[in-house]
Amino acid sequence: MSAAAAGWLQFGVLVAALAVVHRPLGDHMAQVFTTPRHWRVERLVHRTVGVDADTEQRWPTYLRSVLAFSLVGVLLLYALQRVQQWLPLDNGRAAVEPGSAWNTAVSFVTNTNWQGYSGESTMGHLVQMAGLAVQNFLSAAVGIAVAIAVIRGFARTKTDRLGNFWVDLTRAVTRLLLPLSVVGALVMVLGGVVQNLGSGTGASTLAGATQFVPGGPVASQEAIKELGTNGGGFYNANAAHPFEGPTAWVSLFQVFLLLLIPLALPRTFGRMVGDRRQGWAILGVMAGLASASIGLVTWFEARAGGTATQLAGAAMEGKEVRFGEPLSALYAAATTLTSTGSVNSMHDSYTALGGGTVLANMMLGEVAPGGVGSGLYGMLVLAVVAVFVAGLMVGRTPEYLGKRLGRREMTLASLYILTTPALVLIGAAVAMALPAGRDSLLNTGPHGLSEALYAFASAGNNNGSAFAGLSANTPFYNTALGLAMVIGRYLPIVLVLALAGRLAAQGRTAVTAGTFPTHRPLFVGLLSAVVLVVVGLTYFPALSLGPLAEGL
Amino acid sequence: MTAVAEHRPAPARSLLSADQVGPALAGAVRKLDPRTLLRQPVIFVVWVGSVFSTVLAVADPTLFGWLIAGWLWLTVLFANLAEAIAEGRGKAQAATLRRARTTTVAHLLDGREVPAAGLQPGDTVVVAAGQTIPGDGDVIEGIASVDESAITGESAPVIRESGGDRSAVTGGTTVLSDRIVVTITSKPGETFVDRMIALVEGAARQKTPNEIALNILLSSLTIVFLLAVVTLQPLATYSGAEQPLAVLIALVVCLIPTTIGSLLSAIGIAGMDRLVQRNVLAMSGRAVEAAGDVGTLLLDKTGTITLGNREAVEFLPVGGTGEKEMADAAQLASLADQTPEGRSVVVLAKNEFGLRARSDLPGARFVPFTAQTRMSGVDLPDGRQLRKGAAGAITGWVRSLGGSVPSEVSRTVDAISGSGGTPLALACADGDSARVLGVIHLKDVVKTGMRERFDELRRMGIRTVMITGDNERTARAIAAEAGVDDVLAEATPEDKLALIRREQDGGRLVAMTGDGTNDAPALAQADVGVAMNTGTTAAKEAGNMVDLDSNPTKLIEIIAIGKQLLITRGSLTTFSIANDLAKYFAILPAMFAGAFPALDALNVMRLSSPESAILSAVIFNALIIVALVPLALRGVRYTPASASAMLRRNLLIYGVGGVVLPFVGIKLIDLLVSLLPGIA
Repeated sequence: MSAAAAGWLQFGVLVAALAVVHRPLGDHMAQVFTTPRHWRVERLVHRTVGVDADTEQRWPTYLRSVLAFSLVGVLLLYALQRVQQWLPLDNGRAAVEPGSAWNTAVSFVTNTNWQGYSGESTMGHLVQMAGLAVQNFLSAAVGIAVAIAVIRGFARTKTDRLGNFWVDLTRAVTRLLLPLSVVGALVMVLGGVVQNLGSGTGASTLAGATQFVPGGPVASQEAIKELGTNGGGFYNANAAHPFEGPTAWVSLFQVFLLLLIPLALPRTFGRMVGDRRQGWAILGVMAGLASASIGLVTWFEARAGGTATQLAGAAMEGKEVRFGEPLSALYAAATTLTSTGSVNSMHDSYTALGGGTVLANMMLGEVAPGGVGSGLYGMLVLAVVAVFVAGLMVGRTPEYLGKRLGRREMTLASLYILTTPALVLIGAAVAMALPAGRDSLLNTGPHGLSEALYAFASAGNNNGSAFAGLSANTPFYNTALGLAMVIGRYLPIVLVLALAGRLAAQGRTAVTAGTFPTHRPLFVGLLSAVVLVVVGLTYFPALSLGPLAEGL
Repeated sequence: MTAVAEHRPAPARSLLSADQVGPALAGAVRKLDPRTLLRQPVIFVVWVGSVFSTVLAVADPTLFGWLIAGWLWLTVLFANLAEAIAEGRGKAQAATLRRARTTTVAHLLDGREVPAAGLQPGDTVVVAAGQTIPGDGDVIEGIASVDESAITGESAPVIRESGGDRSAVTGGTTVLSDRIVVTITSKPGETFVDRMIALVEGAARQKTPNEIALNILLSSLTIVFLLAVVTLQPLATYSGAEQPLAVLIALVVCLIPTTIGSLLSAIGIAGMDRLVQRNVLAMSGRAVEAAGDVGTLLLDKTGTITLGNREAVEFLPVGGTGEKEMADAAQLASLADQTPEGRSVVVLAKNEFGLRARSDLPGARFVPFTAQTRMSGVDLPDGRQLRKGAAGAITGWVRSLGGSVPSEVSRTVDAISGSGGTPLALACADGDSARVLGVIHLKDVVKTGMRERFDELRRMGIRTVMITGDNERTARAIAAEAGVDDVLAEATPEDKLALIRREQDGGRLVAMTGDGTNDAPALAQADVGVAMNTGTTAAKEAGNMVDLDSNPTKLIEIIAIGKQLLITRGSLTTFSIANDLAKYFAILPAMFAGAFPALDALNVMRLSSPESAILSAVIFNALIIVALVPLALRGVRYTPASASAMLRRNLLIYGVGGVVLPFVGIKLIDLLVSLLPGIA
């Protein structure tokens, strides 16, 4: 089979699988977060934590719960890394350096999973399982919970209640992430991903040398890593490592897992606001942008110039031969579009424009379809902006789903779309201005600039993938990227929950022929254009000095 | 037909006459004061950029540097000019009003004379024929004809009298005949004319909710672009392509939404002005915006949907009477009837049967209508007695004279009532026999063009509800004929208020007109309450707009103006943002193609030199403001259509057009600029 045919087949299988699964999954999530009934195990959790599960929270309380929970998560994960040498299952690993420990704690709690360290040689099994894997579940659940609260803001009228964070969090884990990741892990074990608690095995190579291959609980972590759009790999090489991503089909399955929840959430949104067409429109924008990006990356990588690449048939540097170019490009696009950040190839080695597209994927603000939860609420904020500008053009005060967009709503939405560009641009500018920032670059010229830009785009948007080449485990990058991750995660959550609070308090404007329709193809096109314009106008100058200068 | 579906063209007034240019320019220069500019954050950023680039040009004088600085100042000036022109158009109108106000002397009831400006609420003044009414108030004694042309522009005098719904008078208007005593109701400086002056001058203008929200979005876009450019310098330095400060300033000014930022307040002022031109005074900009959002329109039946009077439309003879015979009798019975209904019977007889009205009938005795008999008619010299009136009264009269009434009569009467009409029975008594000749069908006549306008409103998503005191059946029939969506029959003021609340709870904004004191609660509750100028003070104070022409149909135009205001803002915002794409393609290759020759591929316009490219973008950015001033003042074209249709059209023109136009414009300017020595 030719590479192109394989590419089309893989894309086709992926689209078909997602098309089949997203509806029942979306409906399931809508049911999970609207039913009043608690499971027994959930009641147990609520009682242990001391939460009144039947009282709903106002938005400030919901927000405080999110922030407090996350703060405790960071502190625990930091402590766990610092004392791992005294705990069981440490596999002889030493305590993690404070800078790296802070960066990693923040990275996993914010669902970024940027890894400034090398997984297999730094973290013991206990940290991997009780620290990192637990946060893989919890950070994803936090994102979903916030998204659900935001949906309730649109769905409800004249109330100050957005739901109960602890209930949403628990249910996201018990009824969604745990069952799905058990299935996912089993599939991956069947596909050849390792799962053990051993310290590793020695092997004799054909050349007669001895090689030490670390093992560990990889499959279980791999499933939630993709499902929760986390992306933190067990191994430094992430899903390119043969124990994490042994075959092309496992790699494709991983792409399926990482797109699964973000693409099903629009369905949940449509169900909960009582108009499934609204969900279709959001899904349409996400799917359209994602497909275009996948197409672009694949094309840039396949048609790359140069003798060596033409002989290889495509730009194969940094890609695994067992995956091939199309699957590598698909994975790279999907992982950056979803704020996952796991990789099965090295993005640094991509062609300038291919790598630039991957970078631009993150700059979209992780909304197409974005991280679990965060992608949906990010897209909804952009929808608010799109409706505001275009809505004026139909001669009415703009309204989205019957909620009027006034001064306060626009203030919150404007600040939201301001946050990540500010982090990324200021971060990259500071890095390029300071010797401490420039010294970590592997390359010079535009490619070096892309490395720094990529790092801050990845951290600010909570993606976590790395443009290999940047030595990020330095005090400057650990601190700066850590800050970018924290602010990039929680400031938008503050703003979007405040917005949800405002919206829930409103009544609903009646739908008439004069209402701006937000479920038609015209709106899908408009919203896609707004996403691209906002990103394009913000990052065009920076991109022109990086990927564009290198690739044109 | 009276003034129904009239789309009165705005008074022919050129957008900018020669004698307005001078004051507008002077105003624009005065507005260069940064303290004034702080209200417009986008323009303030340009101002700061202008100051910086001037300093740079002084420090390092180059032609390029001076040209950039000069054009940046022009950008600020053009932005101010837009607002100054919009304000200037109201000033002349205000001056006329102010003259009328200052020269008036008030004659108090106790004989003292005080200047009109010193009147307090509760003062009682006497105004005789030929005098100007010194302040807003209510007539408490007398009746007079008043010339209100000073505020309405309408020269026909109106009647003002004590008591009832026509007691309110406005300061600045003139009593033409008789003498009235007026109790002043407004505080000094807060009279209707004062408010009107403030309104047309734009002095009282406060930013409306939508405008504020839009300003926030524009400010945040400005911050995004400032960030993008400020952070660009370290990246450029690293890349070995450090940029001169003047170029970065030019880039910022080109990217931030200067176009809409400059025109935003002009659009608002012009929107108010359009209302004033149609003789509507809005007490707040908020109300004008709300007009665009209206979802339900409450319209009084009489005078708004139907002509005030019923008209005869059909003669329905009964019991073997000939049609012509009946028409003849009906005409005779109505000759002395000067009510509109009576006259319409004569007109129908003439139109349908060619019966000319006989001017005088010697020997005939006319029987006038009384509330007791509930009929009128004529006793002819030949002994015939003709009577017409309510069916019950006529059949009673016929029976009392020994005649019998066939069941056909009541069937016909019921049929007419059922169709929403009013039956008027006609009978004839000749000696000892009396019989019913037939039934005249009187009908509420729907004004022409109403159905089309209601269809138009429906397409815009606005529901119309007809308010009437008629019974449900009659109301429904008229509603069906006029094409109204719903009716509120046998309406009391409480019913109206309840209906408004119900609509509002359902998420619809409500607009209504009213003039009576009993309309006041509903006017206050409605989101857009238009009081008729002929109405009571209570009604005028409860509403948030006053229609000086007292034409209830104008509500439809007010809605159109509200929508047009919002559309103009949205369209120009979209246009402004869409422009940025071309500016990037002009400026970025100019900045970086030196360091990275590959980036010359972005120079799709093939501009002649980096300096020329940057300068052309700056010049385009300044000129487009001036070019769009007429559009901002006039408002973008608005034709009632569904939201989808409007969106598609405006996105195409202002979105796609906004992307394409600057590519062409910048290229053309570049062709000219590149002729300058030292730039090409």
